[in-house]
Amino acid sequence: MTTLFESKEPRRARARGNLWVNGTLAVICLLWLVPTIGLLVSSFRTREDVLNTGWWTVLPHRAWETVRESPLPTGLNPDGMMTIEGVQGTFTDFRNGVVTPTGTRVLWVGNKRLGTIQVQARQWVTNAHFTLENYRDVLTGKQYQIRQPDGSIQTEQGADLSNAFLNSLVVTIPATVIPILLAAFAAYAFAWMRFPGRRPFFVLVVALLVVPLQIALVPILRDYQRLQMTGTFLGVWLAHTGFGLPLATYLLYNYISTLPRDLLESAFIDGAGHWTIFMRLILPLSVPALASFAIFQFLWVWNDYLVALIFIGSKPEVQVLTMRLADLIGSRGNDWQLLTAGAFISMILPLMVFFALQRYFVQGLLAGSVKG
Amino acid sequence: MSNSKRFSAVNGVPPKVQLTEATSSAVPPKSANVPGEQEPPVDETQSGNLVLFLIAVVAPLATLFFLWQGFLFLRDGQAPKIVTAIVAIVWGVGGVAAIFAVANWLVEQLTPPVRSRVQPYLFVGPALLLLLWYLAIPAGRTFYLSLYDSNSQHFVGLANYVDAFTERFMLAAFRNNLLWLIFGAGASVGLGLLIAELADRSSFERVAKSIIFMPLAISMVGASVIWNFIYAVRAPGDPQIGLLNAIVVAFGGQPQAWTALLQPWNNLFLIAIMVWLQTGFAMVLFSAAIKGIPAEVLEAARTDGANERQVFQYMIVPMIRGTIVTVSTTIVIFTLKIFDIVIVMTGGQFNTDVIATQFYRQYFTNRNFGLGSAIAIVLLVAVIPVMIYNLRQFRNQEAF
Repeated sequence: MTTLFESKEPRRARARGNLWVNGTLAVICLLWLVPTIGLLVSSFRTREDVLNTGWWTVLPHRAWETVRESPLPTGLNPDGMMTIEGVQGTFTDFRNGVVTPTGTRVLWVGNKRLGTIQVQARQWVTNAHFTLENYRDVLTGKQYQIRQPDGSIQTEQGADLSNAFLNSLVVTIPATVIPILLAAFAAYAFAWMRFPGRRPFFVLVVALLVVPLQIALVPILRDYQRLQMTGTFLGVWLAHTGFGLPLATYLLYNYISTLPRDLLESAFIDGAGHWTIFMRLILPLSVPALASFAIFQFLWVWNDYLVALIFIGSKPEVQVLTMRLADLIGSRGNDWQLLTAGAFISMILPLMVFFALQRYFVQGLLAGSVKG
Repeated sequence: MSNSKRFSAVNGVPPKVQLTEATSSAVPPKSANVPGEQEPPVDETQSGNLVLFLIAVVAPLATLFFLWQGFLFLRDGQAPKIVTAIVAIVWGVGGVAAIFAVANWLVEQLTPPVRSRVQPYLFVGPALLLLLWYLAIPAGRTFYLSLYDSNSQHFVGLANYVDAFTERFMLAAFRNNLLWLIFGAGASVGLGLLIAELADRSSFERVAKSIIFMPLAISMVGASVIWNFIYAVRAPGDPQIGLLNAIVVAFGGQPQAWTALLQPWNNLFLIAIMVWLQTGFAMVLFSAAIKGIPAEVLEAARTDGANERQVFQYMIVPMIRGTIVTVSTTIVIFTLKIFDIVIVMTGGQFNTDVIATQFYRQYFTNRNFGLGSAIAIVLLVAVIPVMIYNLRQFRNQEAF
């Protein structure tokens, strides 16, 4: 998938194919994959299936399947020992199922007076009924009706995640582009301009690299309340910009300062000013570094919960996906068919970005952490 | 750039005439009073100056006005959602670009010596202002608030810090954060190293790494849904829909509410989520470092009779020690600030609060601004050693 992920063989060819190594790694990979698979599978299952059976039952497995159903035989004494279908047991036994010598199972469904007898056999089954309804319910804000197990109809409000998805985009795109733009300008100045204050300013950038953003939430929120900026997109963009800038500036400086000096000098001799050089030369040459940080920041902002929670607050019309999803966990914590679909909706875009641009992402990680 | 060349480089004499003292971005006029210079005629030049001056004043104002209108539209507008979304994105991204472009155009109307002095600040200025506003100054302001009482009315000295280190709920938060650091950061680094080494020797390296790496793209809120589902519990006897309890029941055990019971070890079930998310990060960095070791060195050790475990323990680990330190530091800082997982999974109930959730609770739920600020400062102090290390590294860098 990426050049960084390709190993520099053949130096370890000797050790390859080792059963123990491959086996251990395969088990670990399976452990890592199972949670996501469970989520994905569940999000496509019907409400009843999700709430009553594990998602793994979509795989073929052995289970009791009803082969015959009959009304209660007459003349039974439900309070004592009974013989049904040739096996003996109390009411409790039959409620739990009594296994016959032939391998079938006799089950009493219902209460003591009104019930039916099911004869079940162990068979290979799959619970593979899939639906897109969960996604429809979770994406729209419309009301919809669900049938409860007891037959009553319950009206539920959709979670309106499509609106939140849009909000997430509106928050994330500028909150990714703006810091890159500001940081690229600053990194260029630090790398190729000489001015008083250059060194102390850059020391400030380095010092702020690890400052926890919790430190800033309260004063900034006060400023926002004074400026009436809480719940505005501008406020969230600027917050993410401010918090992302140290790393962005640092990463881009590391890259831009290593661009060949000759290139810039010849451009100067040709009469180009800083603006032209920056626009025509530096930005195009820095695309790999810009892309690395862009992915970084995109994932960070898209997945962010804390900053959104504090600066967007409770206005539902501007809430982003992570907030709506967290609300869903609180308010509809047992509606797993909705939660799984909602979680998958929140994951789909970052996963696509991640798989499409994995190479740049890895490069950004390496540049950001190994040097920092 | 091109404009200023046209204005001032014609005869090499920097223009001295200022149109007005009021404008900070005084526009240098076209030089027209040099003898022998034929064009442009004087009156045209003056009108040109006037036009330029007007543009210099009007353009920034128009830009600001336009951006302000956009802000009002976004804040108060009732347009359809999708329209607002597109306008917001264009406005946000375009606005910043426009501010830069207009400011730079103004700067380039200055004479070259002034311009070369001003332009660097135009380039670093916006970034610097935001850094100061959003990080540097708030650190001071938060410290100031931490010395005052819950309403920021009365000076209380270090009382909030005494509370932060003695209150029972704070001690519980510190203990839990310690669990997160030991088990969460420890497991992420350890597993990352193990998987990097295994993948390096396996026959499906790329696939394995992508699988381990993938959770890094998932939000902690999303991951909390995933794992909440795994930990889901049903009454004994009912079919379990949570994977973990299904496994436990299949082996004859009783279903458990994993994140609520067995305090403080229920924290470990939250910590597992972070390990799942962060191991990929450690693995990628370790993997790159392992591949950076010259093959001959390892080959020599093997030729001398070292087995794979010895090669790993005595060659590879010492050689990537620098990376191990960096990765550990990064993950430790990340773990110190852990918030989303706890708040979404348990809301801090069942003794799972950590420092960052206590900060949130004190500040935004209890409105105890003094204690909330003090907790934030404690978080800051915890990372100061790393900050000093970074600065020292930077000072050792040559030629800044």
